[in-house]
Formats: sequence, C-alpha cells, structure tokens
Amino acid sequence: MAPILDIKNLTKNYGSVEILKDINVAIDQGDFLVLVGPSGCGKSTLLNCIAGLEPISGGSLHIGGQDMTDVSPKDRDIAMVFQSYALYPTMSVAKNITFGMKVRGVDAATQASKLATVAKQLQIEKLLDRRPGQLSGGQRQRVAMGRALVRDPKLFLFDEPLSNLDAKLRVEMRTEIKELHQRLGASMVYVTHDQIEAMTLATKIVVMKGGVIQQVGTPSEIYNRPANLFVADFMGNPAMNLIPAKARSDAAGTRIEIARRDSAPIVLTDSQNRNLPEDVVLGVRPEDIAEPGARAAANAQEADCLVDIVEPAGADTYVVMQLGGKHVTARLHAETDATPGKAQRLAFDLGKVSYFAPDTGQRLN
Amino acid sequence: MTDFSMTPAHSRQQTRWGKIALRWLLYLILGVFAVYYLMPLFVMVTTSLKSLEEIRTGNLVALPRDVTLDAWKTAWSGACTGIQCDGVRPYFWNSVLIAVPAVAISTLLGALNGYVVAHWRFRGANVIFALMLFGCFIPFQVVLLPMARLLGLMGIAGTIPGLIFVHVIYGLGFTTLFFRNYYVTIPAELTKAAKVDGAGFLRIFWSIFLPLSLPIIVVTVIWQFTQIWNDFLFGVSFSQAGTQPITVALNNIVNSTTGVKEYNVDMAAAIIAALPTLLVYVVAGKYFIRGLTAGSVKG
Repeated sequence: MAPILDIKNLTKNYGSVEILKDINVAIDQGDFLVLVGPSGCGKSTLLNCIAGLEPISGGSLHIGGQDMTDVSPKDRDIAMVFQSYALYPTMSVAKNITFGMKVRGVDAATQASKLATVAKQLQIEKLLDRRPGQLSGGQRQRVAMGRALVRDPKLFLFDEPLSNLDAKLRVEMRTEIKELHQRLGASMVYVTHDQIEAMTLATKIVVMKGGVIQQVGTPSEIYNRPANLFVADFMGNPAMNLIPAKARSDAAGTRIEIARRDSAPIVLTDSQNRNLPEDVVLGVRPEDIAEPGARAAANAQEADCLVDIVEPAGADTYVVMQLGGKHVTARLHAETDATPGKAQRLAFDLGKVSYFAPDTGQRLN
Repeated sequence: MTDFSMTPAHSRQQTRWGKIALRWLLYLILGVFAVYYLMPLFVMVTTSLKSLEEIRTGNLVALPRDVTLDAWKTAWSGACTGIQCDGVRPYFWNSVLIAVPAVAISTLLGALNGYVVAHWRFRGANVIFALMLFGCFIPFQVVLLPMARLLGLMGIAGTIPGLIFVHVIYGLGFTTLFFRNYYVTIPAELTKAAKVDGAGFLRIFWSIFLPLSLPIIVVTVIWQFTQIWNDFLFGVSFSQAGTQPITVALNNIVNSTTGVKEYNVDMAAAIIAALPTLLVYVVAGKYFIRGLTAGSVKG
C-alpha cells in the first residue's frame, strides 16, 4: 500500500531564506508522526506545507497516494488542530464543529448525527450551545479536536495543540490523544517542541533543526541511537551525558579514558572493537550510570566518582559529578546514600553507549 | 509639608476631606466647560422658538416668552433658497439619498479591502495599502477638478449617484484603514482553520469576519456618516439645482434672504441640518460601547 503521506525533496524559501531544506518523510496508514525540534526549526512551517496553507518552493507531496503538491487545503482531505485552537468566536460549539460540513453542503441530518457522535466521544455534549469565550482551555482544546474528528479525514494535523494548557491538563490530554489515535487507527502528524510529548505519542519521530531533518526513527531508535550530538542532547530529560574522552581501539576491544578533576582518569573497556578515532564524545544516558548491580546491564564497568550535587526527585535521585570537564548526571535509587563531596562507586553501562565525533557531531557506532 | 505631630486617624480624615474637595473641584471644572459648549446650542434652540418680533426686542440669551414653532415650519417647508421657497425638506431628502448609500457602500468596500490587506496578503499588498492611506491625506480641494472631469466622462455629473460615487471614493481610504487595523488583531490561525474546513474567500469573510466586526462597523458608520452628511464642498461643487444636499441649502437660505434677516428660521434650519448626525451619535454610540465590550471577550 502506498504511504498515506509521502514528502519528497520538499524545500521552502521565503525570498532568499531557506526555511526547509530537502525534506523527505513518508508515513503509513495509522502512523503517528511527531515533528520535534527547538523553536524556529521549521516544524510548524512543514506542517503548514502539508496542510497546503503555505505553498512549497520545490519537491512533491502526496497524501493517500494522490499528488497534493498544488492542491488547495480544502481538497486535501485533512483536518487540523491549531495551537490557539482557532475556534470561531461568534459561533456556538455545535456550529464550530459543523461549520466544515455546512460549507461542504452536507445535509442537516448527517451533520446532527455526526455532531452527536463526536460530542459523545469527547464528552462535550453539555457545551454545545456555549460560545468559545465561555469555555476553559481544556474544553476549547476538546472542541478543536471535535472539529477535526467530525471530518473523518485521511490525515490529522496537530500544531502544538497542548502548549497552551497547564502542566497537569497537558499530561491528561496527551493520554487522551494517544488513546484516540489507538481507537481510530487514524494517521496523524503532530508538531511539538516538547520531547516528552514526542516520545510518548509517536510511532515515528522526525527531529529537526534549522530546517534540516536530523533524524527519522521510532522513539526507541531516537532515544537509544541518536544520529548526532544535537539529537542526543535534545531528546531525553535529563539530557544525555556527553563526555569528551580518549579512545583506543584494538582487537581486544576499546579503551575509553575519561579525565577527572582531582584523580587519575577513569578507564572503561568496551568489549567491542568500535574502530574509533582518538578523540570522541561519549554519550551515556543518566539511567545507564547507576549503583553497581542496581540495573541489569549488558556491559557494566565500575568506577569511583566524586559527587558534587545530590538532587532527590522523588522516584529517583540524580547525582551530578564532573567528568571530562562536563557535568555528568547519574540516576540512582531514591534511597541512595550518596553525599556531596564524597566518592560514590558507580557502574557505567557500556552496552547502550553512543560515540560521536567531536568535530562533525555525527554518531560513530 | 507633612505634619508629623498629627495622629494617623486625624490625617486619614484630612485626606478624606481633601478627596471630596478635589472631586467637587473636578465637577465644577467639568460643569463650566459643559455650559461653555452648550451655550451656542442653547441660543440656537431658544432663538428658533421665538418670533421675529421678540428676537428684535429681546435679549439674545433670554428664554422665549411665547414659544412658537412657526420658524421650524418655515425652515422645513417654506424658506426661500434663491427663487424657490420649499424650505430645506427636499434637500434633507437629497442628503439622506446621498449619505445612506454612500455610507453603506464605503463601509462594505472598506471591510472587504481591510480583510484582503490584513489576511490575504499578495505581492504589493503593502504598496496598495500605503497608497490608500495616502488618499486619506489628500485635501478635498485637490481632487475637485479631476473629479469634475471624471464625473463628466462617466455621465453622472450633477446627479445624486455622482455625489455617492465621490463620497465612496473619498471615504475608501479611511474605511479601509479602520477595518484593516481591526482585522490584523484577528489571529491568522482563524483564517487557516476556516480554509482547512473548506471555506473560501467570501465565505470566511461573511461567516467569520463580519460577525466579529460590529464595533468597527459602528465606528466606521459614525465617521462616514458625519463626514458625508456634513460635507459642503463636494455638495456645492458636484450638484445642480434639485440635487443639492442640505448643507448647501442651509447656506443658500442663510445667505439669500432679502429684507429682514430671519434669525429664527436660520437657527431652525441649522438644527434640522445637524439632527441626523446627532441621532447617529446617540443611537450608534450605545451600540459602540456594547460592541466594544462584546469584542473584548475574545475566543
């Protein structure tokens, strides 16, 4: 089957400024694609291009197997949820939801039955006569979703739909969107700058920076095998530790040397020959540095480290040290006895480690 | 200087009295200005209700001894403008026939223009908007000759449609500016959402923008109606006998009387000429406030 959305060599310029450079993405029916990146990376522009609200400067765009490159938004069979919700302020909730059908000349009976179904689905039956101005943020969010759902389109587009909600509501709505996606089996494209939203919702993530795709992959691929230093740093909270180190590879494996402030360097041995250059940046997730024996590790290497800061976070305690001239965070048990100023024995799991070239930032293993 | 020996309660009482005194001073100043500005209107109304005899013998600011509406009747249907003695009535209707369509058309076109300039950006939109703005600053006198030539070419010189045309053209710069400035505050996402919903250019304007526009429509109507109703220069330049607006007729009544000057009739005619604008302010002013508060509850 043809991919539901297929973007080939898409470029977008404003005058001489290149906003999007050579974008290639394809998703299948039922996929949940998340475009993630810092502000100004072009993710919202890309979504507007998919919607047809921004003309593209080059490349092609297919939705459901049909060429939609020059087709107007209304004929693309898409629905969109906006950051500000963009509810029509003078219309009631019911009219907001049925406006699209009214414009398209759907008969009144169908409109009413579809409205009833969607209202029930989103539990907004009691709000149908109200104006958007009389609704809370979460309710507006639901109405905006209802306006998209009622269309039953080939492709749903979400432009940072949760960023205007408070933290608690955001988590609730996130779960609801995920549930909705699973129930409908619909194809969705979702823009966010929140990497946790990206990880939790996506079946496929596109990480963008400066109008260029940095990596495309499943959440697990992005998290465990980041393609470059930018992705490694951007995805995950607390961020991946990126430690400058010296490497020496031979048949027996790879020796990794990490400088310490007050004592001899830590030496870790990776059992595989990675063929690394001498200078590398070692990428280790905080959860891959723990007390010895605390987690099942593929290749644990132990070392004593001087603890600078202890940050209890409830479920875990984060311990900050200085290695290779950088702050390094380790994720320990909540009841750890680590104390600032004292050495703590830690196990580094080299099974999931990433290596990057310091100059290009690209992944080496 | 602060007196430190005063007890706190004492000084609190003093500031309270100070506040009351300030308030009364404020009312006094406002009252003086109100009287100052209402004085001419008072003289106009009282004079129009007096007989000519009483005006000649009495005091300018005195109340009328015998209230009579004769001057109003004469002004409405009997006063002479040159050789005709029909009062201001036919000219009043001329003004209505000019002002109502001209206000409606210029407001609607201004709304459409503002909508396009604010939400349907095209190449050169800024230049066109700047040119329209420039139109607001062109003095009336500059366009008189070219406009006369244009009206002649179009074959509507000296007619009421001709005057409507002139007022629409001249008002377009202002109405476009009003609507454009109002519409740029409406988020672009609203247009985008409607486009995705399948609505086109006119549908979005009609279903989404117009229902939001009540406050700015009221502002524009007040502005345009005042301008067009009170206009004298275009009225006197581009009309002929039978199509003159009330401002021109008023001028003719006041300037063409022979013999005794009928101040009471002049005053009555002047008030009649001013009444519609007054009415628009009173009626629309209410909707203006209501529109503003309705608009502030944003979606």
